[in-house]
Amino acid sequence: MGLTYQSTQNSAMTDLYHVDRKEGQYVIALAGNPNTGKSTVFNALTGLHQHTGNWPGKTVVNARGEFTHDGSENILVDLPGTYSLFASSVEEEVARDFICFGGSDAVIVVADATCLERNLNLAFQVMELTDKVVLCINLIDEARKKKISIDGKGIEEELGIPVVMCAARSGIGMEELKAAVIKVAGGKIAPAPKLVKYNPAVEEYIQNFYPLIENRNGGIPVRWLALRMLDGDEKLFQTMASHIGDNLWEETVHAANIGEAQLDKKVIRDQISEAIYQRIEEIKEKCIHEETVSNERDKKIDNIITSRRFGIPIMLLCLALVFWITIAGANVPSAILAAFLFGLEDKLIQVLHAIHVSDWITGVLILGLYRTLAWVVSVMLPPMAIFFPLFTILEDLGFLPRVAFNMDHLFKKACAHGKQCLTMMMGFGCNAAGIVSCRIIESPRERMIAILTNNFVPCNGRFPTLIAIASVFLISFGGNKAGIVPALAVTCMIVIGIGVTLLVSYFLSKTVLKGVPSSFTLELPPYRVPKIGRVLYTSMIDRSVFVLKRAVIVAAPAGAVIWILANVSIGDASILLHMVNFFDPFARLIGLDGFILMAFILGLPANEIVLPILLMAYLANGSMVEYDSLKSLRTVLTDHGWTYLTALNTMLFSLLHWPCATTLLTIRKETGSTKWTLVSALLPTAIAVLVCFITACAARLLNLVF
Amino acid sequence: MTKLTDISVGRHTTVLELKASDLLRERMLALGLTRGARIEVIRRGPSGDPTVYGIRGTMIALRKEEAELITVLD
Repeated sequence: MGLTYQSTQNSAMTDLYHVDRKEGQYVIALAGNPNTGKSTVFNALTGLHQHTGNWPGKTVVNARGEFTHDGSENILVDLPGTYSLFASSVEEEVARDFICFGGSDAVIVVADATCLERNLNLAFQVMELTDKVVLCINLIDEARKKKISIDGKGIEEELGIPVVMCAARSGIGMEELKAAVIKVAGGKIAPAPKLVKYNPAVEEYIQNFYPLIENRNGGIPVRWLALRMLDGDEKLFQTMASHIGDNLWEETVHAANIGEAQLDKKVIRDQISEAIYQRIEEIKEKCIHEETVSNERDKKIDNIITSRRFGIPIMLLCLALVFWITIAGANVPSAILAAFLFGLEDKLIQVLHAIHVSDWITGVLILGLYRTLAWVVSVMLPPMAIFFPLFTILEDLGFLPRVAFNMDHLFKKACAHGKQCLTMMMGFGCNAAGIVSCRIIESPRERMIAILTNNFVPCNGRFPTLIAIASVFLISFGGNKAGIVPALAVTCMIVIGIGVTLLVSYFLSKTVLKGVPSSFTLELPPYRVPKIGRVLYTSMIDRSVFVLKRAVIVAAPAGAVIWILANVSIGDASILLHMVNFFDPFARLIGLDGFILMAFILGLPANEIVLPILLMAYLANGSMVEYDSLKSLRTVLTDHGWTYLTALNTMLFSLLHWPCATTLLTIRKETGSTKWTLVSALLPTAIAVLVCFITACAARLLNLVF
Repeated sequence: MTKLTDISVGRHTTVLELKASDLLRERMLALGLTRGARIEVIRRGPSGDPTVYGIRGTMIALRKEEAELITVLD
């Protein structure tokens, strides 16, 4: 969930290394634990709207931005959030390699003031890699609320690097941070990190290593290199070799071959971690004072939200509430937009007539291209622009990791990875983004399962379809405009989607992707009250820009094509009708009709155009009814023989069918396999057809079609 | 030998040794589960698993399989 559209254009992580800098520009890297408000710091410094989420593993793609200080522009690179730099995961590897080889002039380590103890571990590791470090202690406002007092000057003294206290959300400390990091990058301040001293055997090894290595370290700090010689693995060695050259690396390894044998790598890594944390405990003793035990408030909230009895019901209730607000809130803007856009349509036609444009071109441009655009903007945009920010608020609150926690036992039973729940929730925003986020799952087997099943949660492009159909068909049951019944119906769809996700995960785990679930750790971050106004605003703007852009790129051309198909005849019928008639028998079998199936097929480029295409196709031959409310939509559909079964099956088909083209391309890129991309398209399609066939048969058997 | 999973909710304990290996071991160390670290058992999930532990001022959820790999003081 929730990547902005910039970051869904998934640049591969390795692109990170190529930083084109201009003369005099500094490159600054931003490192930090997951969930420390690193993205907020990034946004505050650069003014970019990178999406921030209150859950670990949010930044899986890297963002880059610029910030000016004293009139000069500098480049800021946001590294993935990591707990450590020992490179046990892809994110850690990327972060480490960038700090090592990315050629940055300084590194900012962002730490969460409310849990500095854990955060300083990373700071110490970065300090071993480079002297040019600034520590940004973020969220000091949260710390103050929790009655944690931090002696920033004291920590600066203990660490030997500049420390800046910040509250990035309110912009506090940002200027100081810029000033400090530029001074460090420019050499005006030369930090002298006080590194952790390890046990005598290790320190002795390091001392012996210095003279042997001479100039063969390839720019890597010798102390760090010596330590990795002791505890590093083959994978790390290969990376080093590829960066500094095989020959040089061989010499380095040769030089390092001293007294290493009697030291066990595993034991050394344990000792190193222990020593760092012991040092941190000392610092904590001196510089951090907590009046009360922290987390008390969070524990109280968790008592309810993750309780056995209320956990899952509360989750579903939240989801239903979000849908209800979306449905209730989308009606008015939807009607206003429709009135405006369709009103404009008549005017545009008049203008074109006045300047003697041929009917055919007017048809393609206005009745095809413009009208589809108008449908997308008026029917699809409002729910998308409302749902997305609401979900973002839940995300920023820290609610999503709790959902993952509550549902973990289900994913475990399905032999899936615990983090699959997080990638699934990412899919609510955009399945392509969800699939990129599957990078947070280290095990290839479970990552593949997460990728293949991501499509079963409806993305933001499919919600409006579900919402529109549910509203149109169920609003009469709701009794009024409040739309509670449609909200529940859409919630049911999500539950079905999650159910299918779990079943398919289980099925894959027992057949083609056999295996047991691998280990995982999930951090439950502190609850944070988001700046609601700002989140709503930026997220709504971001989403609207995203939808409008896609509407122009995808929906408008699709509309033009549809109009042509509907108006070019072969024999006695238009091409469109021929297509519809071709699909119709099969579509009827699964409780749909030829138009619907064709709309889904033509909607492959983007899910948000399925419903507009369908409406266009239905209306292609007749004249456009006045769009004033959902009622007119209902008329269009029922005029074309829609029953409750058609509505149900269209929703089910939308929920379960093949991923959109963008998602498929992303799957191809992420898995690097055409075979798996095909599976990811065929598997959901087969399931969608099967489920719709079953409901259609059941309805017919029970004579339920009404 | 006491495992972390044997400690009941609400109690505190101290890490003795990690039995985990590879990636999981690295992750546990990074999270601060080093020898001597204090752990609080905060709560169990809706079906009794996973369990939330308080580790160095943060809340971390571990499945039973992982928590079993941590031996602690009784």
